[in-house]
Amino acid sequence: MAKIDIDHVFKTYAGGAQAVRDVSISIRDGEFIVLVGPSGCGKSTLLRMVAGLEEISAGEVRIGGRLVNNVEPAERDIAMVFQNYALYPHMSVRQNLAYGLKNRGTPKPEIEARVAEAARMLELEPYLDRKPRALSGGQRQRVAMGRAIVRHPAAFLFDEPLSNLDAKLRVTMRGEIKRLQRRLGTTSLYVTHDQLEAMTLADRLVVLNKGEIEQIGTPLEIYHEPASTFVASFIGSPAMNLLQGRSTENGFAIGPDLWRLATGPLDDAAITIGFRPEDVTFTRDMRAGPEFLLDYVEELGAQKLVHGTVGGQAVSATATAEFQPQESMRLTVPEHRIFLFSTATGKRLRTPITPMQPAGDFSPVKA
Amino acid sequence: MYRTNFRDHLVLIIGSLMMLLPVVVAFTTSTHEAADIHMNGLTLVPGDHFAETYETVLTRQGGFTGKVTGLTMLGNSLILGLGFAIGKIVLSMLAAYAIVYFRFRAATAMFWIIFTTLLLPLEVRILPSYEVMHKLGLINTYTGLIVPLLASATGTFFFRQFFKSVPDELLEAARIDGAGPFKFFIDILVPLSRTMIAAMFIIMFVYGWNQYLWPMLMTNDEGFYTLVRGIKQILIVWVGSQIPDYNEAFAMAVLAMLPPVALVVIFQNWFIKGLTESDK
Ligand SMILES: Nc1ncnc2c1ncn2[C@@H]1O[C@H](COP(=O)(O)OP(=O)(O)OP(=O)(O)O)[C@@H](O)[C@H]1O
Ligand SMILES: [Mg+2]
Repeated sequence: MAKIDIDHVFKTYAGGAQAVRDVSISIRDGEFIVLVGPSGCGKSTLLRMVAGLEEISAGEVRIGGRLVNNVEPAERDIAMVFQNYALYPHMSVRQNLAYGLKNRGTPKPEIEARVAEAARMLELEPYLDRKPRALSGGQRQRVAMGRAIVRHPAAFLFDEPLSNLDAKLRVTMRGEIKRLQRRLGTTSLYVTHDQLEAMTLADRLVVLNKGEIEQIGTPLEIYHEPASTFVASFIGSPAMNLLQGRSTENGFAIGPDLWRLATGPLDDAAITIGFRPEDVTFTRDMRAGPEFLLDYVEELGAQKLVHGTVGGQAVSATATAEFQPQESMRLTVPEHRIFLFSTATGKRLRTPITPMQPAGDFSPVKA
Repeated sequence: MYRTNFRDHLVLIIGSLMMLLPVVVAFTTSTHEAADIHMNGLTLVPGDHFAETYETVLTRQGGFTGKVTGLTMLGNSLILGLGFAIGKIVLSMLAAYAIVYFRFRAATAMFWIIFTTLLLPLEVRILPSYEVMHKLGLINTYTGLIVPLLASATGTFFFRQFFKSVPDELLEAARIDGAGPFKFFIDILVPLSRTMIAAMFIIMFVYGWNQYLWPMLMTNDEGFYTLVRGIKQILIVWVGSQIPDYNEAFAMAVLAMLPPVALVVIFQNWFIKGLTESDK
C-alpha cells in the first residue's frame, strides 16, 4: 500500500526517440489508475519506468515516498502482470506463485499460506500442480495475477493483461481484477488501449498522446469534460462526433449548413464542434439544428446506430430500437452537451453556448 | 488418406538393413576365433566364442607395458566423452548467456569472431595447441586431453540462438521476482534449455568419444589409451606369421559403439518430448 509519485518524467530511447515527455501523475494510496492511449503513445514505457525495467531519462519516480530511480525492480516493492503472462514454463503453478517469495527468503510455512490464500482467491486450487502449458488462457492470466498477489506488494502494475483473451473472458476478468483490487486496496497502475476497459476499471484515467498527458480525471470527468479533440474521440463508444466548422454571426457554419447557436466571442473562427452520439435527437422541425442526411443504420438490439452526414461530414447517433429514421431529418443536441474545440490546437474552448432565436420563417437556413 | 503399401515397407526395410547389417556382421564375426575369420572372412552366423572373446578384450592386459585392459580404455573413453560433453555445454552456455543477456562493448563483434572459428577444424590448430599444452607440462594428463578442446563455437552458437528465442518478459518477471543474473540462469534458463542440453550432450559426447588424432598427440602413456586407439593397436600386431586378432578388434568396435548408442536411446525420449511439447 503506497502512493506513487511520477514527477516530470521523460524517456528518451537510445537513438533519440522520445517516448515519454514531461509526465507527472500523483497516484494516491489504493487508487486504481489506468493509462490509456493509442498504440505507441508510451504507456508501456511509462509503466516499465515505474517497474524499474526501463531507465528513467529525467524526472523522479517515488513509491511510498521513496525515490526509486536507481532501485532494482525487485526492491521497489511492486508486482507486474505482463500481457503474455510471462509464467515460468517449467514450473508448476505452485512454484510459479512461490518463486518470488522464495527468492526473498520468506519462511516456508508463510510461502505455503500465501500461495494457498492466492489460489483460493483466484480459484486456482485445482491447478496448483499443473504446468502453465496445461492451462487455458484465462487460467494462465489468473496465475499471473496470483504471482502478483502473493507478494503483497505496495503496487500492482498491469501491462495490457487482458488483451490476449477473447472478448467474453475479458469482461469477466475485468470484473475480477476490479473486485480483487477493491478487496486488497493495493495501488494499481494499469495500461490498456481499450477505452471501455479504461472507463470501467479506473478510479482516475490518464489519457496519453504521443508521450504526453492529454488529460487526467475520473472516467466521468473525462467523458463529460474532454479537454481536447483527442480525448473526445478516444473515450466513449461510439466515438464523439467532431465536425469542422466556422463561427459566424448567424451561428456555426458546417459546410453549407448553419447551426443556429451563439457563443461568446471566439479568438478562432475555425472551430470543431463535438457532441456525443447518445445526445443526439432527431426532429422534423425545420427550425431545429442542421440537416442530417441518412447513410445507413446499424441494429444493436436494444438500440440502433444511425449513420449519416451533416454538411458533408460523417455523424453517428444512437436511437431507440423503435425509431424510424427518415432520409432527411433535423438534428438537435442540448446546448450544454455540445463541446467546442479549437481546430488549430485541438484544445477545448470553454465558451457558453446559447440557442439563437429562429429568424421567424420556417424555411431551412443556409449559411 | 494415404495407406502405406508393400513398396514403402520395402524401401524402409532396405534402408534399415543397409544401416544395421555392418553392425550385425561385426558382432557375429566377433564371436568367432581369429583363425576362422582369417580363413572364412566375415560371417553372419554367430559363433560360440562370445563370452571368451569379450572377456579377453575387457580384461586382458595388453600393450607394451602389459597394463592396459579393455576396461581401462573404456574408462578413458568415457572420461573423454563426458569431459568433452559436460565441459563444452557448461562453457558454451555461459558464453552464450554473456553474449545474449549482458550488454558489453563489442559483444556482437565477439560473437562473430567466435562464430567464424566454426570454420576452423581442429586439425588446423592442433600443432599450436599441442605446443601450448607441452609448454604447460600437460602432456599425458586428462586436463591436457580435454581442456584445449572445450571452447565450442557450435555450442555457443546454438545456445545463443536458443536464448534469443526466450521471451524478454521472462527475464523481466524474474527480475521483479528478485532473481539476480545467477539465479535467473540456474532457475530459469538452464531448465528451459533441457532439450538443447540433451542434444548438445549427444553430439559432444560422440565427438569426444571418437577423438583419435588429439589423444594420439597428447598422450604416449598407455594408461591414457582410449577404445578407438585400442582397436587400431590390436590390428597393428602384424608381426611374423601371427594372425591379427580380428575377433578382438571387432569386439572392441562393438564395445566402442555401445555407450554412444545407449546415450542416444536414453536421450531420444527427452528429445522428442522436448520437441513436441512447446515450452516457451
Ligand atoms: N527499446 C526501444 N528503443 C527505441 N524506441 C522504443 C523502444 N521501445 C519503445 N520505443 C518507442 O517508444 C514509443 C512508445 O512505445 P510503448 O511501447 O511505450 O508504446 P505503447 O503505448 O505501450 O504501445 P502499445 O499499445 O502498442 O503497447 C514507440 O514509438 C516505440 O516505437
Ligand atoms: Mg505497450
